[in-house]
Amino acid sequence: MSLVFAAGRLLSGASRVAWRKTSLCGDPRRTSARQICSRLVTGALWSENKVTVNFINRDGERITVQGSPGESLLDVVVNQDLDFDGFGACEGTLACSTCHLVFEEEVYHNLGPVTDEELDMLDLSYGLTDTSRLGCQICLSKSLDGMTVRVPESVMDIRQSGGSV
Amino acid sequence: MRPATKASLFSVIKVLRASCRYNVGCTYGSGFSAGHRSFSSPPASPTKVCVVGGGPAGFYTAQSLLKGSPHIQVDIYERLPVPFGLVRFGVAPDHPEVKNVINTFTQTAQHKRCHFLGNVHVGKDITIQELMQAYHAVVLSYGAEGNRTMGVSGEGLPGVYSAKDFVGWYNGLPCNKELQPDLSHETAVILGQGNVALDVARILLSPLDLLKKTDITQNALETLAASKVQRVLMVGRRGPLQVACTIKELREMVNMPYTAPDMLPADFQHVAQALADLPRPRKRLTELIMKTLNEDHRGRQGVKRWGFRFFRSPLEVLPSADGSRASGIRLAVNKLEGVGDAVTAVPTSEVDEIACGMIISSIGYKSLPIDPAVPFDFKRAIVPNNMGRVEETTGLYCSGWVKRGPTGVIATTMNDSFDTARTILQDLESGAINVSVSRPGSSEVVPLLEKRGVRTVSFADWEKINAEETKQGTAVGKPREKLLDVREMLAVAWT
Repeated sequence: MSLVFAAGRLLSGASRVAWRKTSLCGDPRRTSARQICSRLVTGALWSENKVTVNFINRDGERITVQGSPGESLLDVVVNQDLDFDGFGACEGTLACSTCHLVFEEEVYHNLGPVTDEELDMLDLSYGLTDTSRLGCQICLSKSLDGMTVRVPESVMDIRQSGGSV
Repeated sequence: MRPATKASLFSVIKVLRASCRYNVGCTYGSGFSAGHRSFSSPPASPTKVCVVGGGPAGFYTAQSLLKGSPHIQVDIYERLPVPFGLVRFGVAPDHPEVKNVINTFTQTAQHKRCHFLGNVHVGKDITIQELMQAYHAVVLSYGAEGNRTMGVSGEGLPGVYSAKDFVGWYNGLPCNKELQPDLSHETAVILGQGNVALDVARILLSPLDLLKKTDITQNALETLAASKVQRVLMVGRRGPLQVACTIKELREMVNMPYTAPDMLPADFQHVAQALADLPRPRKRLTELIMKTLNEDHRGRQGVKRWGFRFFRSPLEVLPSADGSRASGIRLAVNKLEGVGDAVTAVPTSEVDEIACGMIISSIGYKSLPIDPAVPFDFKRAIVPNNMGRVEETTGLYCSGWVKRGPTGVIATTMNDSFDTARTILQDLESGAINVSVSRPGSSEVVPLLEKRGVRTVSFADWEKINAEETKQGTAVGKPREKLLDVREMLAVAWT
């Protein structure tokens, strides 16, 4: 069973990164064969070249995973099968705000420029903060190793208000 | 490895992993509900849930229920032979990324504990009471197929359309295929300034070269190719700070080639000083509208124009001289009262008129009652409910627009559907729904429908329609050419 999982993770990670063109980091509109190859090589085979990411989910639990440089945070969530309900509904095409993530302040300022298109969708997210970004637009690099990101609530939680709407 | 092979290999692996996760009962990182755990003692027979409506609300509710318990089977009933509701018939043809959610709906429909049953008109072919007898729980997710009316005289004149019908027309909704909108006049006025109004304006003014590569219907493409519409004005009751559209859609209009904005600076009198105190989303949106004021497009020739007109409410649709069609709209001029989000428009004695040959009212969709046995709040046009439990009933739930009202994007409906599913799972666990009695589900419903002359369309049948539409679309350089006729859909489905 574990062999199936390991093989599945390898294949699904590689296949997911390779065929989903629109979520390629830094290049949301274009595909580059070299990028695909370099990503397959770095991501799939060289485990030293990994970036550790800590996610705090909506229950406050910490989940630590490893991604590869060049993967977007949405890729990481999908490839690591992280169970965040409704995350990444538009599959990384800047047509929704469900991959909204909240970053630590110092990390946020090192994340690179945000486009108008990302801000336009981010503006619709629930619980927008000053250190919010869309996960599909953030690419992993070694400089982000060990960061912690929070998955915010996507809607006002009715449970918190005692059940009344 | 070719992408198709990779994708199918990937989905095989995903199904393996998903079924392993369900059987082991692992709830790793569920993030779903702090209180939810799988059943300690499974019920004697499967829990059968019926979802009425095959749009985003129906699919997201089903998805959440299937994930929340390994004992639940979900049947999704849909009136049309084709699934996906407004994702197929509402989302604009030039927004294909928004339709990516169809991939997750397809996975849900193909789940071994889920069945799609199309071509079933709930409320006519079968009653809600009959469904409640056959299933442990019934979820109403049938959306809003009506529209709010302006309630002014002349509204019935030729040349006046609801945005719901106009959008349905260019998106291939079978009941709108005969709309034949008259695009032979220079000015079109849209009442409303939400994203639907922006979609309509954008489709009216988009260069054909862009539209012809989308899944817009061929009929709409040909009609738009012959269109004489040069100017589209979107009219709203309140001011620029209350405009209901979002910035992505506005930016698309600002960036539309061969067009220029047409705004009235007088409408923006107090806006600049309010900017500093606005939250970022509203501030960026307002700054973008104001940017259009500062650019001088007056001298430009040969461009189509689009703009907002603020502080106006419809009073009357004016007929042409021979009374045969609409030729203009008379509007009350409003002033604003109140502060913040509670600002309301109050008519003054001043009136205004805009000459136009086409009027599209985009002031809201509206849900309709489905069955006399189901309570309905006619004032709010929703099914009255408490956290998704329909009032005065047991075992009846609702999700999506029919529960909350017809606003919000797909993600809003998604979260709402997850909420209803959570309520149902709680009721199953607490015993509020009695699962000790087994229910027959579709094994009772399908024979009953057949006796009434209704044959269902399975998801595999839809995939034949899907393949045919894709094939026809590819032949003309489009992602699909939608079938417009229900009989044609059924003929393909049942080959």
